[in-house]
Amino acid sequence: MADIFDAYALADAWDEMFERPGEVRAAYEPVLAALQPIEPGELRFRADQMARSFTDRGVTYAFAGEERPWPLDLVPRILDAVEWDFVQRGVGQRVRALESYLADAYGPCRAFEDGVVPWRLLLGSPHFHRAAHGIEPPGGVRIHVAGIDLVRDEAGAFRVLEDNVRVPSGVSYVIENRRAMTRVFPSLFDGQHVVPVDGYAQRLLAALRAAAPERTADPRVVVLTPGPGNAAYFEHALLARLMGVQLVEGHDLVCRGNRVWMRTTRGEVPVHVVYRRLDDDFLDPLHFRPDSVIGCPGILGAATAGNVTLANAVGNGIADDKLLYTYVPDLIRYYLREEPILPNVESYRPDEPGQLEAVLDQIDRLVVKPVDGAGGQGIVIGPKADARTLERTRKAVAADPRGFIAQRPVALSTSPTLAGDRMAPRHIDLRPFAVNDGDSVWVLPGGLTRVALQEGNLIVNSSQGGGSKDTWVLAEGPVEGPSRTAGDGPPPPVVPRQLGPDGTPALVPEGARQQ
Amino acid sequence: MNDVILSRIAEALTWTGRYVERADATARILDAYLHRMLEDPWRDEDMACRSLYAILGMDAGPAPVDMQQVLDQLAFDARSTGAIEGALGAARLNARSAREAVSSAMWECLNATWHALAEQRRAARRTGPYGYLELVRSRAALFFGLADSTMSRDDSWRFVVLGRSLERVDMTVRLLSVRVLDAAHAPDWPTLLSASGADEAYARVYGGFGDTPRVAEFLLLDRDFPRSALHALTTAEECLAALGRPRQDPARRPIGRLRTRLEYLDTHALEEQLPPLLKDLQTACMASAEAVAERFFPYQGPVVWAREGT
Repeated sequence: MADIFDAYALADAWDEMFERPGEVRAAYEPVLAALQPIEPGELRFRADQMARSFTDRGVTYAFAGEERPWPLDLVPRILDAVEWDFVQRGVGQRVRALESYLADAYGPCRAFEDGVVPWRLLLGSPHFHRAAHGIEPPGGVRIHVAGIDLVRDEAGAFRVLEDNVRVPSGVSYVIENRRAMTRVFPSLFDGQHVVPVDGYAQRLLAALRAAAPERTADPRVVVLTPGPGNAAYFEHALLARLMGVQLVEGHDLVCRGNRVWMRTTRGEVPVHVVYRRLDDDFLDPLHFRPDSVIGCPGILGAATAGNVTLANAVGNGIADDKLLYTYVPDLIRYYLREEPILPNVESYRPDEPGQLEAVLDQIDRLVVKPVDGAGGQGIVIGPKADARTLERTRKAVAADPRGFIAQRPVALSTSPTLAGDRMAPRHIDLRPFAVNDGDSVWVLPGGLTRVALQEGNLIVNSSQGGGSKDTWVLAEGPVEGPSRTAGDGPPPPVVPRQLGPDGTPALVPEGARQQ
Repeated sequence: MNDVILSRIAEALTWTGRYVERADATARILDAYLHRMLEDPWRDEDMACRSLYAILGMDAGPAPVDMQQVLDQLAFDARSTGAIEGALGAARLNARSAREAVSSAMWECLNATWHALAEQRRAARRTGPYGYLELVRSRAALFFGLADSTMSRDDSWRFVVLGRSLERVDMTVRLLSVRVLDAAHAPDWPTLLSASGADEAYARVYGGFGDTPRVAEFLLLDRDFPRSALHALTTAEECLAALGRPRQDPARRPIGRLRTRLEYLDTHALEEQLPPLLKDLQTACMASAEAVAERFFPYQGPVVWAREGT
């Protein structure tokens, strides 16, 4: 029988499933055993079934102007308990350090005075908003939700690729991926202790309610979306539905007397916490883009007055500036007095003396990234770029050293992915999601694993045609769920079923009874 | 936490209910007509098709009309909310913009229907429209069944039901109007009954068909049949009563008035009263829908430019 892993040739990178050709890592043994006997045609069938169900349920994303089913690969990506513990502690630490940085940058500016971070980093950032100055967020939380992008390098070590503390998206796909996998491929889960991911919305709601202005007894939380035209609208709607809160658009809100209200069939009702899925620039036409019609005029004034909480806070962009990224290990040491758990990818800062020349000299061996690029846009991978692109990049970096960072290219780890009717290694990354309620940072077990579907490609963003994988965190023991032994009461009484008139089930005709 | 609903959502819910009901009713009417035409070889296709257009309030144009044109314009046209496909597309968009208010099951029903329509439309070109119309009817039933079994009986649900009820009165009245105003080319009474899905219920009450104005009585006045005008008006009125409290509700008044008129109507005089009655029913539904929009969906108000520090 043909084996779908027959032609699986390891790439020049860490492979998630195989230690060496033919030698599978322990965590993957049951999955491999379940997958191996399956015919390629059967896998294709399940993949098509999954795509169809995504289409029907509207779990789609826009690619090249077309509505496509969310691309989920059938092979899960697995993290064992030890790996996950390491990742979640690292992510939590990172979020705490970035919170401290934001509070500092919009407050006393100690890190700048002490020379840990240069002043120009702050003042030169396009995301440094004067309007955010003086907003003291309840509980001191500015990062309610974070998505920290990680990759695994050639040696198998996790490294941070970038921090997203503005409006990180993708968590709905974590939830949907799990749902789809358990339906299409239940046998894969047999005997595995996969930690569930469905607690996210409740955690998020609790964090958002905890972030409400202090004098609010029963805070009303809403999700603010740009509308159905937005690529992430599906996610906005899912989160609102799972949390049981209203999904509002800008024109559903009105600001009056420095408070935010929403227009309902019973008149205007007050809103206390806005989980906004709009960039700063579109949020309030009074402060930012006056042409924005998807925001709500006056909402920033209400936030400044302390009457409404915006989650995430305005001005967080200074913390996910990629130049700041290069300072995060120092910030962890400075604010938390801890050693960084997750290392960065080795990076250059062209705006520092001497480093610009180093970058320009070896630009064909580096990855160059614009500091505020999103979705993989504007990234130039030196070893794969042609001479003209390199020349253009060299000029751009020389003209605006503050606008770029450069990094050593990392061969992202690979994972077996269905390509045609065979398994082939494809590069992946990982975006864990963290929720901060002010007391602690909770990291959703797993996160979004994205896959570069073209062979050798290192860019995994779905806006660039990437796919995804269900990401499993394995618990060491059985997963804790609602306990069945907790009540310890007597078993419920057994009520006899109602039967037909003559004591037999009414629909079984005489003579058809089993002998 | 969802003790209130956004005006925008309420409007989307109302229109979702209306559009699904419209698609369903249109599918029934087309099916009944097509059946009739196949079974009656002496029927004038052009005239019958014209009466169909008249029922649905659309212009047939000067050229002769055939069944294919009817299907293209009244079923497959995705750009017109007067056609099945356009109505379902609009229902899907409305439900999509109210996705946290409708249940997932309802949204998925509309979305899956939308994707399934294309396939059925292609099949209809080869094997006739039955599968297509059947799909629309069964999905509409599924949608409202899901609304009934997955939504709380709160205001969100009431807006869906209100939209459905107002549309239902409108479609029933349209069916009867053609029969009354243009009897020569209108469908016969049995066709009317089956277009309303009422043939079996009618037979149960009156026994057999019979070419009689009793059909009109049944479709207008029956208390128990859910597609009768009286039943739909009663439902709409109940929704409005639960939604609002003002003593003189401009949304409730016109349909309440009509409902009482129907309740106390002298059925012997029904036939001669029909033309003005049907007109009044349509006017009342329109007036009520406008008042609902004015009262509950006023979100398109002027943008309020708040000043800082006020």
